[in-house]
Amino acid sequence: MNAGRLIPIIALLLALAFGAPAQAQTDDATLTALVNALPLGNFKEREVAATALAATGDPRAVPVLQTLTDGELYVIEASGQVVFVETSGAGVLATDPVTASSLGEFAKGDVEKVKVNNGLRRALRTLIGQMTLLSENRGTRLAAALSVLRDASPDTLELLDSALAAEADPEIKTVMDVARAAIVLKTDASSAEKAAAAQRIAERGGREAITILTGALAEAPADLKPAIEAAIDSLERTRAVWSVLQNVWYGISLGSVLLLAAIGLAITFGVMGVINMAHGEMVMLGAYTTFVVQEVIRGSFPGLFEYSLAIALPLAFLVTALVGVAIERSIIRWLYGRALETLLATWGLSLIIQQAVRTAFGPTNKQVGNPQWMSGSFELGGLDITYNRFWIVLFAIAVFLALLAVLNRTPLGLQMRAVTQNRRMASAMGIRTPLVDAMTFGLGSGIAGLAGVALSQLDNVSPNLGQNYIIDSFMVVVFGGVGNLWGTLVGALSIGVANKFLEPYAGAVVAKILILVLIILFIQRRPRGLFALKGRAVEQ
Amino acid sequence: MSSTLLIKSADLYYGAAQALYGVTIQCKPGRITAVLGRNGVGKSSTLRAVTGINNVAAGEIVFDDDVLEKAPPYKRARMGIGYVPQGREIFPLLTVRENLETGYAGLRYGDRSIPDTIFTLFPVLKSMLGRRGGDLSGGQQQQLAIGRALVTRPKVLVLDEPTEGIQPSIIKDIGRALQFLRDEKGMTILLVEQYLDFCREIADDIYIMDRGQIMHRGPASDLDLPEVRRHLMV
Amino acid sequence: MITQLVFRALDRKASWLIAAILLVAVAVPACNLLIPPGQFGHVPGYLVTLFGKYLCYAVLALSLDLVWGYVGILSLGHGAFFALGGYAMGMYLMRQIGARGVYANPVLPDFMVFLNWKELPWYWLGFDMFPFALLMVMLVPGLLAFVFGWFAFRSRVTGVYLSIITQAMTFALLLAFFRNDLGFGGNNGLTDFKDILGFSVQAASTRAALFALSAILLALGVFVCSMIVNSKLGKVMVAIRDAESRTRFLGWRPENVKLFAFIVSAVLAGLAGALYVPQVGIINPGEFTPENSIEAVIWVAVGGRGTIVGPVIGALLVNAGKSYFTAALPEYWLFALGALFVVVTLFLPRGIVGLVATRAPRRARMTARNDTVPPVLHPKAEPAE
Repeated sequence: MNAGRLIPIIALLLALAFGAPAQAQTDDATLTALVNALPLGNFKEREVAATALAATGDPRAVPVLQTLTDGELYVIEASGQVVFVETSGAGVLATDPVTASSLGEFAKGDVEKVKVNNGLRRALRTLIGQMTLLSENRGTRLAAALSVLRDASPDTLELLDSALAAEADPEIKTVMDVARAAIVLKTDASSAEKAAAAQRIAERGGREAITILTGALAEAPADLKPAIEAAIDSLERTRAVWSVLQNVWYGISLGSVLLLAAIGLAITFGVMGVINMAHGEMVMLGAYTTFVVQEVIRGSFPGLFEYSLAIALPLAFLVTALVGVAIERSIIRWLYGRALETLLATWGLSLIIQQAVRTAFGPTNKQVGNPQWMSGSFELGGLDITYNRFWIVLFAIAVFLALLAVLNRTPLGLQMRAVTQNRRMASAMGIRTPLVDAMTFGLGSGIAGLAGVALSQLDNVSPNLGQNYIIDSFMVVVFGGVGNLWGTLVGALSIGVANKFLEPYAGAVVAKILILVLIILFIQRRPRGLFALKGRAVEQ
Repeated sequence: MSSTLLIKSADLYYGAAQALYGVTIQCKPGRITAVLGRNGVGKSSTLRAVTGINNVAAGEIVFDDDVLEKAPPYKRARMGIGYVPQGREIFPLLTVRENLETGYAGLRYGDRSIPDTIFTLFPVLKSMLGRRGGDLSGGQQQQLAIGRALVTRPKVLVLDEPTEGIQPSIIKDIGRALQFLRDEKGMTILLVEQYLDFCREIADDIYIMDRGQIMHRGPASDLDLPEVRRHLMV
Repeated sequence: MITQLVFRALDRKASWLIAAILLVAVAVPACNLLIPPGQFGHVPGYLVTLFGKYLCYAVLALSLDLVWGYVGILSLGHGAFFALGGYAMGMYLMRQIGARGVYANPVLPDFMVFLNWKELPWYWLGFDMFPFALLMVMLVPGLLAFVFGWFAFRSRVTGVYLSIITQAMTFALLLAFFRNDLGFGGNNGLTDFKDILGFSVQAASTRAALFALSAILLALGVFVCSMIVNSKLGKVMVAIRDAESRTRFLGWRPENVKLFAFIVSAVLAGLAGALYVPQVGIINPGEFTPENSIEAVIWVAVGGRGTIVGPVIGALLVNAGKSYFTAALPEYWLFALGALFVVVTLFLPRGIVGLVATRAPRRARMTARNDTVPPVLHPKAEPAE
C-alpha cells in the first residue's frame, strides 16, 4: 500500500471541509490564473500575487498558500501550471490545487519548486492567518487558533490581537487568549507580563500547556523561572491525577464489559451449580444477531440504522435465551449433580456452536457498525471518554440493576434465590425446580446475548469472540463468589481496574498473567470467593 | 373434608443399602399420627418417601385417592403435602417474609397471601418479617419452618422432629399449634419424633419403628406399654 | 516384597495391555525398517511418527486419568505439564543444533540471535546435557504441580473451582510463553531440530526408536499407574474421589494423597511431552491452549475414566478419528468432537470400557452386587428431580 496515494485524497477532503457555504467561492478559471501567477517574477511580485490570491477569500487558496510557505509548491516547467506533488517511485504525481484532480505522473526534472524567502514567508503566514483567523466559518477559526497556539510564532501576534478583538465565540476566544500568552512568553515583554501569560497558560492546563511552558522555561529570565516552574509543577500534578482517573475509567470500562459477560454465568452457576462453558458462545451469538440485524437494515431499511442496536438488543436476548433453554432442556438437565460432566458437555456444545457459526457466516471477522451516537468521544475535565465505552458502562449498570430487580422483586427471582440456597427444600415448597433451572439458564444466556450486542461495538465479531472473554468471565465469577450479584460487580470492576493499572507498568500480557496468578492465589485463600454464600453454598 | 395419607408396604434403598422394609403407615384424616424410634431406624427415610425426595422401590404412597408413584417433591407440595424438614432448612439468606413467600409457588395468583393463622400461632414471626432467616434462633426457625409449610395450604402436614434442640416453652407452642391445626382446620398430620412426652401429649396414633420396619402400631396411650418402651430404649 | 507389589499391580487387564504395547513397540519399528517399502506389511515412516504421536497422547490421557478417574480432580490444564516437558526437551534439542542454525551461532539459538541477545539466559544453562534435560523434563512439571497442588488442595479448592483455576493456570502459561522476552522463542516456539543424542531426528531409524520409546513409556506408565491404583493408596484415592470429607474424618489427609497423585501425573505428562516434541519437530505456545487440555479430557472420557485401559483406548481412538476427519472432512471435525463431548457425558458416563464391562459383566462383579442398583460413581450427587 503506497501511503503517498492517500495524500491527494486528504487534500480533497481538506478542500471539501473548507468549501463550506457562506465562503466566498471563486470560479475555477480565475482561481487557477491567480495560482499560476505565484511563481512569476521576484519575491516582491510573488507577494503581490499571493495577496491577490488571498483576497479571493476562497478556502482552496489556503492549502496553496500553506504549501508555498512550506516550500513544497511546484510548477510544471512546460506549462507553467502550479501543482501539488507527491513523490511516486522515480517521478512525481501532480495534482491540480484548484480542482484537486490528478494530472498524472511527471519526471522529477519536469517540475520545479516555487522558491520562497523569509520575507515572503512572513507575509504568507499573515495572509493565511487573516484568511483563517478572520474566516466566517467557526470551525476554520478554531482550527486556525489552535494552529497558532501550536506554532506560537511571534509574527502572528499583531494579527492575533486583531482577531481576538473581533472574536465573539467564547471557546475560540479562550484558545486565542492562551495562544497570545504563549506568544508573549516568546517576545521580550516585561517579566510581569510574562508571569501573567504563564499564569494564563497554566490555567488552561493540559499537555500542550506543559510543552509551551517547558519551552519557555529555557529562555525565561531568572526572575521568571520560579513562577514558570511552579506552574509546570502544578500542571504535572493535575495531569498525574487525571491520568490516574483516566486509568480508573479504562478499568471501569473493561470491568463493565467483564460484568456483562460474567453476570449471566454467575447466576447460572449460583442457581444450578453448573459452569456453562458455552456461555462465551452465547455472547458470540448475541454479537452475530447484531450483525444480522444491521445487514437486514442496510439491505431493506437504511433509515433505521441509528436504531439498529435498540432493535438488536431484544432480538439477541430472545435468540440466546431460547438457545439457552434448549440446551438446558436437552442436555444439562440430565447432568444435574454432575458438575464436571456438565462442564465437558457444555464445552462440546461450544465447539459445535462455534463451528456452526463459522459454517454459516464464514470464519472471517464481521464488521458491525457504530451508530452515530456510539462514535466519537467527549472530554470530561481531563478525561477522554469515547461514546461507545461510555454507553457500554451505562448499559452494564442498567443490566445489573435490572437483574437485581428481577432477583429481588419478582416471584421468579425469589424462586431462583430459594433454589440457590437449598434446592431440595425449594422443591418441597412447591417450586418447580426444573422450570426455575430452565428459566435461569435462559436468563443467563439471554444476558450473555445482550453482552454480545455491546461487545459488537468494541470488538471484531468472529466465531472466536466468546473464547476471548470466557476465561476472564470465569475469573470474575470465581473471584466474586457465587450467589451474590454484588460479588460479581465488585469482582468485575476490581479485575478491570487492576488490569488497567498494571498495564502501564507491566504491559498488557504480563498484567493479564499477573491478574490470573493473583486470582489463583486468592482462590486458595478464599475458596468460595469474595462474597461467598454462607451456609449451604452450591457445590457439586 | 380432611385428607388421608397411606404408606403401603414401602421399601426404600440408598444405593445398595436398604433403609425401609415394607413399611405401612396409615394417617387417618384429621388426626396426628406420630412415628417413633431410635436414631437411624428409618423414620426420616419414611418422610423422604412421602415428600418425594427419595422414591420407594416397592410399595406405594397413596394421598387421598392418588398413588404418588414418582411424582417429584414440588408436585407433591402442590397436591397438598406440606413438609417441615429435620433441621428446619430455612433459606438462610432470604428474609422471614421471603421464606414464607416461597410457599406461593404452587398457589394461584389470587391465593398468594400469608394466612393470618400463621401469625396467630407464631406471633414472633410477625415482628421479624424483615430479618434474614439465617439470623433467627433455632426455636424461631422451627416456627418459621412450620409457618412456611402452612403457606402452601397443605392438606397433610409432615414434620420431621420439630422438637429437636428447641427450648421447652417453644415446644409447647408448637404442640399447641399442631393441635389447633388438627382440631380447627381438620388437618392430617404425620409427625416423626423422638420426644416421647410430646407425642403422648398431642398424638392420636403412634407407630414404632426399628431397623427399617414397623414394630408396633396403636393409640398414643400405647407409649406406656413396656414392649413399646423397649424399642425406644437407647 | 517388591515382587509382591509388582504382582498385585499387574492384574490381568493391565498385564495384557502392557504386553500388547510392548509387542507394538517391537512390531511397528520392525515393519518399518525391516520390510522394504512396497512390500506387504511395510509401515511407512509417516505412520510411525503419527502412531508415535498417538502413543504420547495416550500417556497424557493416562496421566490425566490418574487424577480425574481415581482422585476426582478434573484438571483442565494438564496440557501445561505436557507442554513444559516438551519445552524442556525442545531446549535440549535447540542446544544440539549448535552452529548449524541460520545465524551459525555456536551457543545461542537462532531466535536469541534474532532478538539481539548476547548471552544465554541462566535458565538455558545445562540443557546441552541430555541427563540434565531429562531431569528437567520431570522436575519442571512436577514442581509446578507441587506448588499449584500444595496451595489448591490445602485450601480445599475442589470441583469446578479447581477445574477453572487449572484452566487459568495453563492460560497464564500460554500468554507467558507467547512473549519473546521470556526466552522460549515466543510465538514460533522451538523448532528446526537436528540431532537427538547424536542421531538425526529426521532419520527413519531415529523415528522408529522414538516410537519404541514412546510405547515403552506408555507401558511404564500403565505399570506405574496400575501399581498405584491397586495399592492401599489407590483405595484411599478412590475414597477421596467418592467422599472426600468422610475420608478426611477417617483420619486420612486427602490433600497429601491428592498432591502425590497430581505430581506423579504431572511428571508422566511431562515425559509424554518430551517424547512428543522430537517426533513432531516443534514445540510452541499453542500446546498450552486450554482447548488442548480439554481435548485430552475427552480422550479419557471416551475410553472410560477410572480404568487403566480406558484412557489409552480413548486417546488412540479419538486421535485416529481426528486424523481421519481433519483430512477427509475438515469442517466437520469440530462438530464431531463437540458431539463426542455431549454424547459421552450423556450416554457413556463410563466410556467405552464401561460399556463393554456392562455388556459382558464379569462373574466376580455379579456376585458382589445387588443388581438393581447400578454402581454409583457420584454418591454425593443429588438428582435434581
